[in-house]
Amino acid sequence: MSATRHSMLGPDSEMIDELLLEQVDDGSRVIDLGCGDGRLMERLRTERGCRVMGVELGEAEVTAVIGRGLSVIRADLDQGLGDIPDDSFDTAVLSQTLQQVHHPTAVLREMLRVARRALVVVPNFGHWRIRLKVIQQGRAPVTDSLPYEWYDTPNLHVCSMHDIRDLVNQLGVTVVREIPIIGGRPVERAWWANLRADSALFVLERASQ
Amino acid sequence: MAIEFTTTGTPGDGSVGLVETNALRLFSPPDSLTLAGGGQLGDITVSYETYGTLSAERDNAIFVCHALTGDAHAAGHHGALSTKPGWWDDFIGPGKGLDTDRYFVICANVLGGCQGTTGPGDESPDGGTRWGLNFPFITIDDMVTVHRALIERLGIDRLLAVIGGSLGGMQVLEWAARFPDTIHSAIVLASGAKLSARGIAFNAIGRRAILVDPAFHDGDYYSHDQLPRFGLALARMVAHVTYLSEASIEMKFGRRLQEGDRLAYDLAQETEFQVESYLHHQGKQFVERFDANSYLYLTRAMDYFDLATTHGSLSDALGRGDARFLVVSYSTDWLFPSSQSREVVTAMVSAERDVTMIEFESPYGHDAFLIEHEQLRGVVAPFLEQTLELVRGPS
Repeated sequence: MSATRHSMLGPDSEMIDELLLEQVDDGSRVIDLGCGDGRLMERLRTERGCRVMGVELGEAEVTAVIGRGLSVIRADLDQGLGDIPDDSFDTAVLSQTLQQVHHPTAVLREMLRVARRALVVVPNFGHWRIRLKVIQQGRAPVTDSLPYEWYDTPNLHVCSMHDIRDLVNQLGVTVVREIPIIGGRPVERAWWANLRADSALFVLERASQ
Repeated sequence: MAIEFTTTGTPGDGSVGLVETNALRLFSPPDSLTLAGGGQLGDITVSYETYGTLSAERDNAIFVCHALTGDAHAAGHHGALSTKPGWWDDFIGPGKGLDTDRYFVICANVLGGCQGTTGPGDESPDGGTRWGLNFPFITIDDMVTVHRALIERLGIDRLLAVIGGSLGGMQVLEWAARFPDTIHSAIVLASGAKLSARGIAFNAIGRRAILVDPAFHDGDYYSHDQLPRFGLALARMVAHVTYLSEASIEMKFGRRLQEGDRLAYDLAQETEFQVESYLHHQGKQFVERFDANSYLYLTRAMDYFDLATTHGSLSDALGRGDARFLVVSYSTDWLFPSSQSREVVTAMVSAERDVTMIEFESPYGHDAFLIEHEQLRGVVAPFLEQTLELVRGPS
């Protein structure tokens, strides 16, 4: 359990937290995967009255969550959520982390095992600036929103909004909503979202049996 | 009956200072303790120590459950500061993991033990003779019942926390299952809801070593000149290996020799390697302070512990009350591997309990909870702080 992941604290973090808060029912049970220092969890508890639990790999982050009086389990998402029984939560949150895990499909499956609904925020590598960089420079892109060199990046996977849609379709998961984040703002309906969005929120639900 | 608490220490150096072991008599006639394994035991002496000051609201008390060979002397010194401090002195004291400037800490010797609380080495009520193997069978259940009675006698309705590692952690879990309304939080370190088959196996070897010692005399060695020293020392040596990890034993000893750098090619040299010398030393020291019969009773109590079976299921056992849980495991602990802690956590999540679990990286194996004080303080201190805040309400 030595690998660490970056909690991508960017200028958009606060706005993304707001967006996630809006998607959660008051008083519901929420599990935050890759919860970092528990910033979002604390708001879920105080602003929405949620019963929250975090899962986090970093020791310092886990300690910070405990310091907020929130419950947290130290675990590696890539090892599965074996400790969490089926349907223990209403909503599972995975913010800016899916591209950092080794097995995104397994993580998505686990999310929708422990919760009926999943909120997934992923950076969009389909953004035109990234595409342009690749074409112009012939190199792995480094941009403001993706500031990592290819050899030193927490992002193990490169995916666009289209790719996520394909993946969840394969998994038989229903995309309830899709909210692109463009220029630091969530945009409910956007033209050419896959070209313009820096990241996107996907609201997923288990397909009804 | 309320008891006055006074601290006699000289705080300031991170130590609770000079402390004394106290004793109370519980379950005195006409009362008696009904044992989980059957039978009655009356007039039980419990030895305990306290550190810090109980608040006027009596809401800051923490009970420490000791492990297999621990005792009530958890912190501070009994005499001059040069004497050996309590077994968890690095974790209990002003500004430490269990901060005695804020909390009132209690530690008591377990039932069946040999450090002041009633056990097989004491005189039986029949008069004249020691209990020996006539002492009734003791379970974790019984230990907790006695400690709960002690807390009640001390005038504390509800503990801020009950904390313990290994056998102590088992007591914490049993406490949470049996008396959920008497605790605000439970902290379980390097433990589990049952002892694994491997754990039972090592205990069996330890007991066998004692039982076959010619000086054991069916547990009635008290009236003989000799104690079953060799058996007890061997039991300790075996157990000690289970407390270390591959990494820690390599780090500490490797293949280094005790003297020089040449092998002696002499079987009579029993402590040629440093690791041998260390284990012999541990065994030798242990027999000075521990009773062989207690070792038999306490390891058996550990073997029998199985929270799920006793209470129907783990979720049933741990699903009552509103206490918060902190579960800590260590990456190289093979006596109580993290999987055992995770099993407890799963049950708590399904019972919708407030549970936090952390597996620490540590090379020290099972012993880590007694060694890695700073690491542990990092989670225990904020956990306790938050619990106290919940109890007292926002200030």
